[in-house]
Amino acid sequence: MTLIAQPQSMHFSEPLSLRSGATLQDYELAYETYGTLNADRSNAVLVCHALNASHHVAGVYAGKERSEGWWDSMIGPGKPVDTERFFVIGVNNPGSCFGSTGPMHANPATGRPWGSDFPVVTVEDWVEAQARLLDRLGIEQLAAVMGGSLGGMQALSWTLQYPQRVRHAAVIASAPNLTAENIAFNEVARRAIVTDPDFHGGHFYDHGVLPRRGLRIARMIGHITYLSDDVMNEKFGRQLRDGIDLRYTTQDIEFQIESYLRYQGDKFSEYFDANTYLLITRALDYFDPAARHDGNLSRALAAATARFLLVSFTTDWRFSPKRSREIVKALLDNRRDVTYAEIDAPHGHDAFLLDDPRYHAVVRAWFERIATELSS
Amino acid sequence: MSDRLTMHTIARLVPQGSRVLDLGCGDGALLDLLQRERGCSGYGIEIADDNVLACTRRGVDVIQLNLDEGLSMFGDDSFDVVLQIDTLQHLRNAETMLRETVRVGKLGIVAFPNFAHWPNRLSILRGRMPVTKRLPYQWYDTPNIRVGTFKDFEVLATRNRLAILDAFGLQEGREVRGLPNLLAGTAVFKFERG
Repeated sequence: MTLIAQPQSMHFSEPLSLRSGATLQDYELAYETYGTLNADRSNAVLVCHALNASHHVAGVYAGKERSEGWWDSMIGPGKPVDTERFFVIGVNNPGSCFGSTGPMHANPATGRPWGSDFPVVTVEDWVEAQARLLDRLGIEQLAAVMGGSLGGMQALSWTLQYPQRVRHAAVIASAPNLTAENIAFNEVARRAIVTDPDFHGGHFYDHGVLPRRGLRIARMIGHITYLSDDVMNEKFGRQLRDGIDLRYTTQDIEFQIESYLRYQGDKFSEYFDANTYLLITRALDYFDPAARHDGNLSRALAAATARFLLVSFTTDWRFSPKRSREIVKALLDNRRDVTYAEIDAPHGHDAFLLDDPRYHAVVRAWFERIATELSS
Repeated sequence: MSDRLTMHTIARLVPQGSRVLDLGCGDGALLDLLQRERGCSGYGIEIADDNVLACTRRGVDVIQLNLDEGLSMFGDDSFDVVLQIDTLQHLRNAETMLRETVRVGKLGIVAFPNFAHWPNRLSILRGRMPVTKRLPYQWYDTPNIRVGTFKDFEVLATRNRLAILDAFGLQEGREVRGLPNLLAGTAVFKFERG
Protein backbone atom coordinates (compact mmCIF):
# COMPACT_ATOMS: atom_id res chain seq x y z
CA MET A 1 0.00 0.00 0.00
CA THR A 2 1.40 3.36 -0.98
CA LEU A 3 1.29 6.05 1.63
CA ILE A 4 0.30 9.42 0.22
CA ALA A 5 1.90 12.31 2.07
CA GLN A 6 0.27 15.70 2.48
CA PRO A 7 2.52 18.56 3.42
CA GLN A 8 0.96 20.96 5.92
CA SER A 9 1.99 24.18 7.54
CA MET A 10 1.19 25.85 10.84
CA HIS A 11 1.70 29.46 11.78
CA PHE A 12 2.96 30.44 15.24
CA SER A 13 2.63 34.01 16.43
CA GLU A 14 4.00 33.50 19.96
CA PRO A 15 7.67 34.57 19.87
CA LEU A 16 10.21 31.74 20.19
CA SER A 17 13.07 32.64 22.54
CA LEU A 18 16.29 31.10 21.29
CA ARG A 19 19.34 29.93 23.25
CA SER A 20 21.39 32.67 21.65
CA GLY A 21 19.19 35.31 23.31
CA ALA A 22 17.59 36.21 20.00
CA THR A 23 13.87 35.80 19.37
CA LEU A 24 11.98 34.50 16.39
CA GLN A 25 8.90 36.75 16.47
CA ASP A 26 6.63 34.57 14.43
CA TYR A 27 7.22 31.61 12.22
CA GLU A 28 5.79 28.81 10.11
CA LEU A 29 6.46 25.13 10.65
CA ALA A 30 6.06 22.72 7.75
CA TYR A 31 5.04 19.24 8.83
CA GLU A 32 3.46 16.00 7.73
CA THR A 33 1.59 13.34 9.63
CA TYR A 34 0.96 9.69 8.79
CA GLY A 35 -1.46 7.27 10.39
CA THR A 36 -4.18 8.13 12.89
CA LEU A 37 -3.93 9.62 16.33
CA ASN A 38 -5.75 7.22 18.68
CA ALA A 39 -8.56 8.27 21.02
CA ASP A 40 -6.33 8.82 24.07
CA ARG A 41 -3.66 10.52 21.95
CA SER A 42 -0.99 8.11 23.14
CA ASN A 43 0.41 6.71 19.87
CA ALA A 44 2.29 9.72 18.48
CA VAL A 45 5.86 9.28 17.22
CA LEU A 46 7.89 12.36 16.38
CA VAL A 47 10.64 11.94 13.78
CA CYS A 48 13.45 14.51 13.86
CA HIS A 49 15.44 15.20 10.73
CA ALA A 50 19.16 15.56 10.19
CA LEU A 51 21.15 18.00 8.09
CA ASN A 52 19.63 17.87 4.64
CA ALA A 53 16.23 16.31 5.27
CA SER A 54 12.79 17.69 5.96
CA HIS A 55 9.30 17.06 7.28
CA HIS A 56 8.74 14.73 4.31
CA VAL A 57 9.70 11.59 6.19
CA ALA A 58 7.55 8.92 4.56
CA GLY A 59 5.22 8.22 1.68
CA VAL A 60 5.06 9.91 -1.70
CA TYR A 61 3.34 12.99 -3.02
CA ALA A 62 0.32 12.20 -5.18
CA GLY A 63 1.18 12.04 -8.84
CA LYS A 64 4.84 12.79 -8.23
CA GLU A 65 7.27 10.06 -9.13
CA ARG A 66 10.30 9.31 -6.96
CA SER A 67 9.04 11.56 -4.21
CA GLU A 68 9.55 9.07 -1.37
CA GLY A 69 10.19 10.59 2.05
CA TRP A 70 13.76 10.42 3.35
CA TRP A 71 13.00 7.64 5.85
CA ASP A 72 10.38 5.84 3.76
CA SER A 73 12.14 2.49 4.22
CA MET A 74 11.67 2.80 7.99
CA ILE A 75 8.26 4.43 8.32
CA GLY A 76 4.96 3.52 6.70
CA PRO A 77 2.23 0.89 6.69
CA GLY A 78 3.74 -2.44 7.82
CA LYS A 79 7.22 -0.93 8.12
CA PRO A 80 9.40 -1.03 11.27
CA VAL A 81 7.64 2.11 12.50
CA ASP A 82 4.17 1.04 11.46
CA THR A 83 1.83 3.88 10.55
CA GLU A 84 -1.08 1.45 10.96
CA ARG A 85 -0.38 1.58 14.68
CA PHE A 86 1.42 4.87 15.24
CA PHE A 87 0.62 8.46 14.41
CA VAL A 88 3.91 9.67 12.97
CA ILE A 89 4.86 13.33 12.72
CA GLY A 90 7.64 14.79 10.61
CA VAL A 91 8.48 18.46 11.11
CA ASN A 92 10.86 20.77 9.29
CA ASN A 93 13.05 22.73 11.69
CA PRO A 94 13.22 26.54 11.69
CA GLY A 95 16.26 27.71 9.76
CA SER A 96 15.89 24.87 7.26
CA CYS A 97 14.95 25.38 3.63
CA PHE A 98 12.00 23.07 3.03
CA GLY A 99 9.04 25.15 4.10
CA SER A 100 9.52 26.20 7.71
CA THR A 101 10.67 29.75 8.35
CA GLY A 102 14.27 30.09 7.24
CA PRO A 103 16.92 32.47 5.95
CA MET A 104 15.33 32.68 2.50
CA HIS A 105 12.14 34.17 3.96
CA ALA A 106 11.47 37.83 4.65
CA ASN A 107 12.91 39.34 7.81
CA PRO A 108 9.95 41.29 9.25
CA ALA A 109 12.36 44.03 10.39
CA THR A 110 13.60 44.79 6.88
CA GLY A 111 11.13 43.18 4.50
CA ARG A 112 14.11 41.59 2.73
CA PRO A 113 15.25 37.95 3.00
CA TRP A 114 16.90 37.17 6.34
CA GLY A 115 20.04 35.78 4.73
CA SER A 116 22.86 35.50 7.21
CA ASP A 117 20.90 37.63 9.71
CA PHE A 118 18.65 34.68 10.47
CA PRO A 119 19.19 33.95 14.16
CA VAL A 120 21.46 31.05 15.06
CA VAL A 121 19.29 28.10 16.04
CA THR A 122 20.24 25.19 18.27
CA VAL A 123 19.02 21.65 18.80
CA GLU A 124 17.29 22.86 21.96
CA ASP A 125 15.49 25.62 20.02
CA TRP A 126 14.23 23.07 17.51
CA VAL A 127 12.89 20.90 20.31
CA GLU A 128 11.04 23.96 21.67
CA ALA A 129 9.52 24.62 18.25
CA GLN A 130 8.55 20.95 17.85
CA ALA A 131 6.98 20.96 21.32
CA ARG A 132 4.77 23.86 20.31
CA LEU A 133 3.64 21.99 17.22
CA LEU A 134 2.69 19.04 19.45
CA ASP A 135 0.78 21.41 21.75
CA ARG A 136 -1.25 22.61 18.82
CA LEU A 137 -1.83 19.06 17.58
CA GLY A 138 -3.13 18.23 21.07
CA ILE A 139 -0.36 15.74 21.87
CA GLU A 140 0.74 15.93 25.48
CA GLN A 141 3.04 12.91 25.47
CA LEU A 142 4.90 11.09 22.70
CA ALA A 143 4.92 7.31 22.52
CA ALA A 144 8.37 7.84 21.03
CA VAL A 145 10.72 10.39 19.58
CA MET A 146 13.26 9.16 17.05
CA GLY A 147 16.02 10.46 14.85
CA GLY A 148 19.35 9.62 13.25
CA SER A 149 22.54 11.67 13.37
CA LEU A 150 21.54 15.28 14.13
CA GLY A 151 17.97 13.95 14.43
CA GLY A 152 19.22 11.63 17.18
CA MET A 153 20.59 14.65 19.02
CA GLN A 154 17.11 16.19 18.95
CA ALA A 155 15.58 12.94 20.21
CA LEU A 156 18.11 12.89 23.06
CA SER A 157 17.47 16.55 23.81
CA TRP A 158 13.73 15.90 23.98
CA THR A 159 14.30 13.45 26.84
CA LEU A 160 16.19 16.16 28.74
CA GLN A 161 14.04 19.21 27.95
CA TYR A 162 10.67 17.47 28.25
CA PRO A 163 11.27 14.19 30.09
CA GLN A 164 7.61 13.90 31.04
CA ARG A 165 6.50 14.19 27.43
CA VAL A 166 8.58 11.30 26.03
CA ARG A 167 8.00 7.63 26.88
CA HIS A 168 10.60 6.22 24.47
CA ALA A 169 13.52 7.63 22.50
CA ALA A 170 15.35 6.06 19.56
CA VAL A 171 18.75 7.69 19.08
CA ILE A 172 20.39 6.31 15.96
CA ALA A 173 23.92 6.87 14.60
CA SER A 174 24.25 9.87 16.85
CA ALA A 175 26.62 11.36 19.44
CA PRO A 176 26.48 13.30 22.71
CA ASN A 177 28.45 16.07 20.97
CA LEU A 178 30.76 16.52 18.00
CA THR A 179 34.47 15.75 18.24
CA ALA A 180 37.06 18.29 17.07
CA GLU A 181 37.51 16.34 13.83
CA ASN A 182 33.78 16.46 13.23
CA ILE A 183 33.60 20.22 13.84
CA ALA A 184 36.58 20.54 11.51
CA PHE A 185 34.70 18.88 8.66
CA ASN A 186 31.80 21.26 9.24
CA GLU A 187 34.15 24.21 9.21
CA VAL A 188 35.68 23.22 5.87
CA ALA A 189 32.18 23.02 4.43
CA ARG A 190 31.25 26.41 5.87
CA ARG A 191 34.42 28.03 4.57
CA ALA A 192 33.71 26.67 1.11
CA ILE A 193 30.31 28.40 1.18
CA VAL A 194 31.33 31.65 2.85
CA THR A 195 34.33 32.20 0.53
CA ASP A 196 32.28 31.62 -2.62
CA PRO A 197 32.18 35.06 -4.34
CA ASP A 198 28.47 34.49 -4.96
CA PHE A 199 27.78 34.25 -1.21
CA HIS A 200 27.75 38.03 -0.73
CA GLY A 201 27.99 37.81 3.04
CA GLY A 202 24.89 35.65 3.12
CA HIS A 203 22.72 38.13 1.22
CA PHE A 204 23.03 36.50 -2.20
CA TYR A 205 19.23 36.50 -2.63
CA ASP A 206 19.40 40.27 -3.23
CA HIS A 207 21.97 39.68 -5.97
CA GLY A 208 19.96 37.06 -7.82
CA VAL A 209 22.76 34.49 -7.53
CA LEU A 210 23.42 31.34 -5.49
CA PRO A 211 26.77 30.29 -3.99
CA ARG A 212 26.65 27.01 -5.86
CA ARG A 213 30.38 26.35 -5.91
CA GLY A 214 30.57 26.56 -2.14
CA LEU A 215 27.54 24.34 -1.66
CA ARG A 216 28.93 21.76 -4.08
CA ILE A 217 32.20 21.49 -2.20
CA ALA A 218 30.41 21.44 1.15
CA ARG A 219 28.31 18.55 -0.07
CA MET A 220 31.30 16.71 -1.54
CA ILE A 221 33.21 16.76 1.73
CA GLY A 222 30.10 15.89 3.68
CA HIS A 223 29.35 13.00 1.41
CA ILE A 224 32.84 11.54 1.78
CA THR A 225 32.42 11.47 5.54
CA TYR A 226 29.01 9.76 5.35
CA LEU A 227 30.47 6.77 3.51
CA SER A 228 33.05 4.21 4.56
CA ASP A 229 36.34 3.49 2.83
CA ASP A 230 35.13 -0.05 2.12
CA VAL A 231 31.85 0.93 0.53
CA MET A 232 33.51 3.60 -1.58
CA ASN A 233 36.09 1.11 -2.80
CA GLU A 234 33.45 -1.45 -3.53
CA LYS A 235 31.29 1.06 -5.42
CA PHE A 236 33.99 2.95 -7.30
CA GLY A 237 37.41 1.53 -6.55
CA ARG A 238 39.89 3.08 -8.96
CA GLN A 239 37.50 2.82 -11.87
CA LEU A 240 38.03 5.41 -14.57
CA ARG A 241 35.06 7.22 -15.95
CA ASP A 242 36.04 6.84 -19.59
CA GLY A 243 37.59 3.62 -20.77
CA ILE A 244 40.72 2.14 -19.37
CA ASP A 245 43.45 4.58 -20.40
CA LEU A 246 44.58 7.47 -18.24
CA ARG A 247 44.02 10.80 -19.91
CA TYR A 248 46.70 12.69 -17.98
CA THR A 249 44.54 15.63 -17.02
CA THR A 250 44.48 17.53 -13.75
CA GLN A 251 41.23 19.42 -14.29
CA ASP A 252 38.88 16.96 -15.92
CA ILE A 253 37.18 14.02 -14.32
CA GLU A 254 39.36 10.94 -14.45
CA PHE A 255 38.02 8.60 -11.74
CA GLN A 256 34.43 7.48 -11.22
CA ILE A 257 34.48 8.70 -7.63
CA GLU A 258 35.13 12.23 -8.87
CA SER A 259 32.20 12.02 -11.21
CA TYR A 260 29.97 10.73 -8.41
CA LEU A 261 30.98 13.47 -5.97
CA ARG A 262 30.51 16.20 -8.57
CA TYR A 263 27.08 14.83 -9.41
CA GLN A 264 26.11 14.77 -5.73
CA GLY A 265 27.44 18.30 -5.29
CA ASP A 266 25.60 19.63 -8.34
CA LYS A 267 22.32 18.05 -7.32
CA PHE A 268 22.61 19.39 -3.78
CA SER A 269 23.48 22.94 -4.86
CA GLU A 270 20.24 23.07 -6.87
CA TYR A 271 17.95 22.59 -3.88
CA PHE A 272 19.79 23.41 -0.67
CA ASP A 273 20.14 26.85 0.85
CA ALA A 274 23.65 28.04 1.71
CA ASN A 275 22.61 29.89 4.88
CA THR A 276 20.70 26.83 6.03
CA TYR A 277 23.84 24.75 5.60
CA LEU A 278 25.75 27.15 7.83
CA LEU A 279 22.99 27.22 10.46
CA ILE A 280 22.48 23.48 10.63
CA THR A 281 26.18 22.59 10.82
CA ARG A 282 26.48 25.15 13.62
CA ALA A 283 23.59 23.53 15.49
CA LEU A 284 25.54 20.27 15.22
CA ASP A 285 28.71 21.91 16.56
CA TYR A 286 26.93 23.53 19.49
CA PHE A 287 25.02 20.50 20.73
CA ASP A 288 26.61 19.35 23.98
CA PRO A 289 24.19 18.58 26.81
CA ALA A 290 27.09 17.63 29.12
CA ALA A 291 28.62 21.12 28.82
CA ARG A 292 26.20 22.51 31.41
CA HIS A 293 27.28 19.72 33.79
CA ASP A 294 31.05 20.21 33.70
CA GLY A 295 31.31 17.81 30.80
CA ASN A 296 29.72 15.02 32.82
CA LEU A 297 27.30 13.27 30.48
CA SER A 298 25.98 10.96 33.19
CA ARG A 299 24.84 13.94 35.22
CA ALA A 300 23.42 15.60 32.09
CA LEU A 301 21.31 12.55 31.29
CA ALA A 302 20.01 12.17 34.86
CA ALA A 303 16.95 14.18 33.78
CA ALA A 304 15.93 11.63 31.15
CA THR A 305 13.27 9.12 32.12
CA ALA A 306 12.41 7.65 28.72
CA ARG A 307 13.22 4.11 27.66
CA PHE A 308 15.98 4.27 25.08
CA LEU A 309 17.03 2.48 21.95
CA LEU A 310 20.53 3.32 20.76
CA VAL A 311 21.81 2.06 17.41
CA SER A 312 25.20 2.59 15.84
CA PHE A 313 26.98 1.19 12.80
CA THR A 314 30.46 -0.31 12.97
CA THR A 315 31.78 1.47 9.85
CA ASP A 316 30.34 4.89 10.77
CA TRP A 317 33.39 6.99 11.50
CA ARG A 318 31.59 10.32 11.60
CA PHE A 319 29.25 9.21 14.43
CA SER A 320 31.16 6.17 15.55
CA PRO A 321 29.87 3.39 17.84
CA LYS A 322 32.20 4.75 20.51
CA ARG A 323 30.07 7.91 20.71
CA SER A 324 26.84 5.95 21.02
CA ARG A 325 28.44 3.85 23.76
CA GLU A 326 29.13 7.06 25.69
CA ILE A 327 25.40 7.78 25.69
CA VAL A 328 24.66 4.17 26.67
CA LYS A 329 27.14 4.38 29.54
CA ALA A 330 25.63 7.63 30.82
CA LEU A 331 22.17 6.04 30.72
CA LEU A 332 23.46 2.94 32.53
CA ASP A 333 24.99 5.17 35.19
CA ASN A 334 21.50 6.56 35.72
CA ARG A 335 19.93 3.08 35.68
CA ARG A 336 17.77 3.96 32.72
CA ASP A 337 16.16 1.40 30.44
CA VAL A 338 18.32 1.12 27.35
CA THR A 339 18.80 -1.29 24.51
CA TYR A 340 21.87 -0.87 22.35
CA ALA A 341 22.46 -2.48 18.97
CA GLU A 342 25.78 -2.11 17.18
CA ILE A 343 25.10 -3.09 13.59
CA ASP A 344 27.98 -4.49 11.56
CA ALA A 345 26.97 -2.70 8.36
CA PRO A 346 29.46 -1.62 5.67
CA HIS A 347 27.80 1.66 4.67
CA GLY A 348 29.30 4.16 7.11
CA HIS A 349 27.11 6.91 8.54
CA ASP A 350 24.65 6.56 5.65
CA ALA A 351 23.67 3.14 7.02
CA PHE A 352 21.06 4.77 9.25
CA LEU A 353 19.07 5.75 6.14
CA LEU A 354 19.42 2.34 4.50
CA ASP A 355 17.53 -0.85 5.20
CA ASP A 356 20.04 -3.30 6.66
CA PRO A 357 17.77 -6.18 7.76
CA ARG A 358 19.39 -6.53 11.24
CA TYR A 359 18.95 -2.81 11.87
CA HIS A 360 15.35 -2.71 10.73
CA ALA A 361 14.50 -5.89 12.63
CA VAL A 362 15.71 -4.40 15.93
CA VAL A 363 13.86 -1.12 15.37
CA ARG A 364 10.73 -3.07 14.38
CA ALA A 365 10.94 -5.28 17.49
CA TRP A 366 11.44 -2.24 19.72
CA PHE A 367 8.44 -0.41 18.25
CA GLU A 368 6.34 -3.57 18.46
CA ARG A 369 6.94 -3.56 22.21
CA ILE A 370 5.74 0.05 22.34
CA ALA A 371 2.65 -0.88 20.33
CA THR A 372 1.96 -3.74 22.76
CA GLU A 373 2.18 -1.31 25.69
CA LEU A 374 -0.34 0.93 23.91
CA SER A 375 -2.91 -1.81 23.61
CA SER A 376 -2.51 -3.13 27.15
CA MET B 1 21.55 -25.17 28.83
CA SER B 2 18.42 -23.13 28.55
CA ASP B 3 16.10 -25.94 29.61
CA ARG B 4 13.41 -24.85 32.02
CA LEU B 5 14.56 -26.78 35.06
CA THR B 6 18.13 -25.47 34.83
CA MET B 7 16.91 -21.93 34.29
CA HIS B 8 14.69 -22.06 37.36
CA THR B 9 17.52 -23.49 39.46
CA ILE B 10 19.76 -20.60 38.44
CA ALA B 11 16.94 -18.10 38.94
CA ARG B 12 16.49 -19.30 42.55
CA LEU B 13 20.07 -18.23 43.29
CA VAL B 14 19.21 -14.63 42.40
CA PRO B 15 17.73 -12.66 45.33
CA GLN B 16 14.28 -11.11 44.78
CA GLY B 17 14.31 -7.63 43.30
CA SER B 18 17.99 -7.76 42.31
CA ARG B 19 19.55 -5.52 39.74
CA VAL B 20 21.08 -8.02 37.34
CA LEU B 21 23.70 -7.91 34.61
CA ASP B 22 23.61 -11.07 32.49
CA LEU B 23 26.85 -11.50 30.56
CA GLY B 24 26.18 -13.44 27.37
CA CYS B 25 22.43 -13.41 27.99
CA GLY B 26 21.52 -15.33 24.82
CA ASP B 27 17.90 -14.84 23.84
CA GLY B 28 17.12 -13.14 27.16
CA ALA B 29 14.97 -15.99 28.52
CA LEU B 30 16.61 -16.01 31.97
CA LEU B 31 16.41 -12.22 32.40
CA ASP B 32 12.82 -12.33 31.24
CA LEU B 33 12.09 -14.98 33.88
CA LEU B 34 13.91 -12.97 36.57
CA GLN B 35 11.96 -9.84 35.65
CA ARG B 36 8.58 -11.54 35.59
CA GLU B 37 8.91 -13.91 38.53
CA ARG B 38 11.51 -12.44 40.84
CA GLY B 39 10.96 -8.70 40.41
CA CYS B 40 14.46 -8.19 39.05
CA SER B 41 15.64 -5.51 36.60
CA GLY B 42 18.77 -5.01 34.58
CA TYR B 43 20.45 -5.68 31.28
CA GLY B 44 21.79 -8.46 29.15
CA ILE B 45 25.04 -8.28 27.23
CA GLU B 46 25.21 -10.03 23.89
CA ILE B 47 27.42 -10.00 20.84
CA ALA B 48 25.21 -11.98 18.43
CA ASP B 49 22.75 -10.02 16.29
CA ASP B 50 20.03 -12.68 16.46
CA ASN B 51 20.19 -12.75 20.27
CA VAL B 52 20.04 -8.94 20.47
CA LEU B 53 16.91 -9.14 18.35
CA ALA B 54 15.40 -11.94 20.45
CA CYS B 55 15.96 -9.91 23.64
CA THR B 56 14.41 -6.79 22.08
CA ARG B 57 11.36 -8.84 21.07
CA ARG B 58 10.96 -10.04 24.65
CA GLY B 59 11.34 -6.53 26.03
CA VAL B 60 14.61 -7.41 27.76
CA ASP B 61 17.10 -4.54 27.70
CA VAL B 62 20.22 -5.71 25.92
CA ILE B 63 23.54 -4.03 25.20
CA GLN B 64 25.42 -5.31 22.16
CA LEU B 65 29.04 -5.66 23.26
CA ASN B 66 31.99 -7.95 22.82
CA LEU B 67 32.80 -9.19 26.32
CA ASP B 68 36.42 -9.66 25.31
CA GLU B 69 36.59 -5.85 25.31
CA GLY B 70 35.81 -5.83 29.04
CA LEU B 71 33.16 -4.21 31.23
CA SER B 72 34.56 -0.67 31.33
CA MET B 73 31.07 0.62 30.58
CA PHE B 74 29.92 -0.49 34.03
CA GLY B 75 30.79 1.14 37.31
CA ASP B 76 31.96 -0.62 40.51
CA ASP B 77 29.17 -2.30 42.46
CA SER B 78 26.55 -1.16 39.96
CA PHE B 79 24.67 -4.49 40.07
CA ASP B 80 23.47 -6.80 42.81
CA VAL B 81 24.15 -9.85 40.68
CA VAL B 82 26.31 -10.52 37.63
CA LEU B 83 25.49 -13.72 35.77
CA GLN B 84 27.82 -15.69 33.52
CA ILE B 85 25.67 -18.60 32.43
CA ASP B 86 27.46 -20.71 29.82
CA THR B 87 29.57 -17.70 28.93
CA LEU B 88 32.91 -18.23 30.67
CA GLN B 89 33.98 -21.04 28.32
CA HIS B 90 33.75 -18.69 25.31
CA LEU B 91 35.90 -15.91 26.72
CA ARG B 92 39.47 -15.26 25.78
CA ASN B 93 39.92 -13.28 29.00
CA ALA B 94 37.98 -15.57 31.31
CA GLU B 95 40.03 -14.71 34.39
CA THR B 96 39.82 -10.93 33.81
CA MET B 97 36.09 -11.26 33.32
CA LEU B 98 35.77 -13.10 36.60
CA ARG B 99 37.48 -10.22 38.37
CA GLU B 100 35.27 -7.77 36.47
CA THR B 101 32.23 -9.75 37.57
CA VAL B 102 32.97 -9.11 41.24
CA ARG B 103 33.99 -5.52 40.58
CA VAL B 104 30.71 -4.66 38.86
CA GLY B 105 28.45 -6.93 40.92
CA LYS B 106 28.08 -7.66 44.60
CA LEU B 107 27.33 -11.26 43.78
CA GLY B 108 28.58 -13.41 40.91
CA ILE B 109 26.92 -16.54 39.56
CA VAL B 110 28.81 -18.65 37.04
CA ALA B 111 27.71 -21.83 35.28
CA PHE B 112 29.82 -23.71 32.73
CA PRO B 113 30.27 -27.24 31.36
CA ASN B 114 32.25 -29.40 33.76
CA PHE B 115 34.90 -31.18 31.74
CA ALA B 116 35.52 -33.70 34.54
CA HIS B 117 32.00 -35.16 34.27
CA TRP B 118 32.52 -38.93 34.08
CA PRO B 119 31.40 -39.45 30.43
CA ASN B 120 34.02 -36.90 29.41
CA ARG B 121 36.66 -38.71 31.46
CA LEU B 122 35.65 -41.97 29.82
CA SER B 123 35.98 -40.46 26.40
CA ILE B 124 39.44 -39.13 27.19
CA LEU B 125 40.44 -42.56 28.53
CA ARG B 126 39.44 -43.97 25.16
CA GLY B 127 41.74 -41.38 23.64
CA ARG B 128 39.10 -39.10 22.13
CA MET B 129 37.80 -35.66 23.06
CA PRO B 130 34.23 -35.93 24.33
CA VAL B 131 31.27 -35.14 22.10
CA THR B 132 28.14 -35.16 24.27
CA LYS B 133 24.79 -33.48 24.60
CA ARG B 134 26.43 -30.92 26.93
CA LEU B 135 29.59 -30.58 24.79
CA PRO B 136 28.22 -31.25 21.32
CA TYR B 137 31.17 -29.93 19.31
CA GLN B 138 34.15 -31.61 17.72
CA TRP B 139 37.52 -30.52 19.12
CA TYR B 140 38.31 -28.60 15.92
CA ASP B 141 35.17 -26.49 15.73
CA THR B 142 34.18 -25.95 19.34
CA PRO B 143 33.37 -22.40 20.49
CA ASN B 144 34.32 -23.54 24.00
CA ILE B 145 37.85 -22.21 24.06
CA ARG B 146 38.17 -22.67 27.85
CA VAL B 147 37.65 -26.21 29.03
CA GLY B 148 37.78 -26.48 32.80
CA THR B 149 36.42 -28.57 35.61
CA PHE B 150 34.47 -27.97 38.77
CA LYS B 151 37.69 -28.36 40.75
CA ASP B 152 39.63 -26.10 38.38
CA PHE B 153 37.19 -23.30 39.07
CA GLU B 154 37.64 -23.67 42.82
CA VAL B 155 41.37 -23.15 42.30
CA LEU B 156 40.83 -20.13 40.05
CA ALA B 157 38.37 -18.65 42.56
CA THR B 158 40.88 -18.99 45.40
CA ARG B 159 43.61 -17.48 43.24
CA ASN B 160 41.38 -14.44 42.64
CA ARG B 161 40.32 -14.24 46.29
CA LEU B 162 36.69 -14.96 45.58
CA ALA B 163 34.57 -16.15 48.48
CA ILE B 164 32.45 -19.07 47.27
CA LEU B 165 29.01 -18.88 48.86
CA ASP B 166 27.56 -21.92 47.16
CA ALA B 167 28.79 -24.48 44.65
CA PHE B 168 27.09 -27.50 43.16
CA GLY B 169 26.66 -29.46 39.99
CA LEU B 170 23.70 -29.63 37.64
CA GLN B 171 22.74 -32.78 35.77
CA GLU B 172 19.54 -33.00 33.73
CA GLY B 173 18.41 -29.82 35.49
CA ARG B 174 18.83 -31.36 38.98
CA GLU B 175 21.25 -30.22 41.63
CA VAL B 176 24.18 -32.54 42.31
CA ARG B 177 25.66 -31.90 45.75
CA GLY B 178 27.69 -35.10 46.13
CA LEU B 179 30.82 -35.50 43.98
CA PRO B 180 29.76 -32.80 41.51
CA ASN B 181 33.14 -32.88 39.77
CA LEU B 182 32.45 -36.48 38.74
CA LEU B 183 28.68 -36.61 38.48
CA ALA B 184 27.55 -33.29 36.97
CA GLY B 185 27.73 -31.99 33.41
CA THR B 186 27.47 -28.41 34.61
CA ALA B 187 29.31 -26.61 37.41
CA VAL B 188 27.56 -23.76 39.23
CA PHE B 189 29.25 -21.28 41.56
CA LYS B 190 27.86 -18.40 43.56
CA PHE B 191 30.50 -16.11 44.97
CA GLU B 192 31.44 -12.64 46.12
CA ARG B 193 34.62 -10.66 46.61
CA GLY B 194 36.73 -12.31 49.29
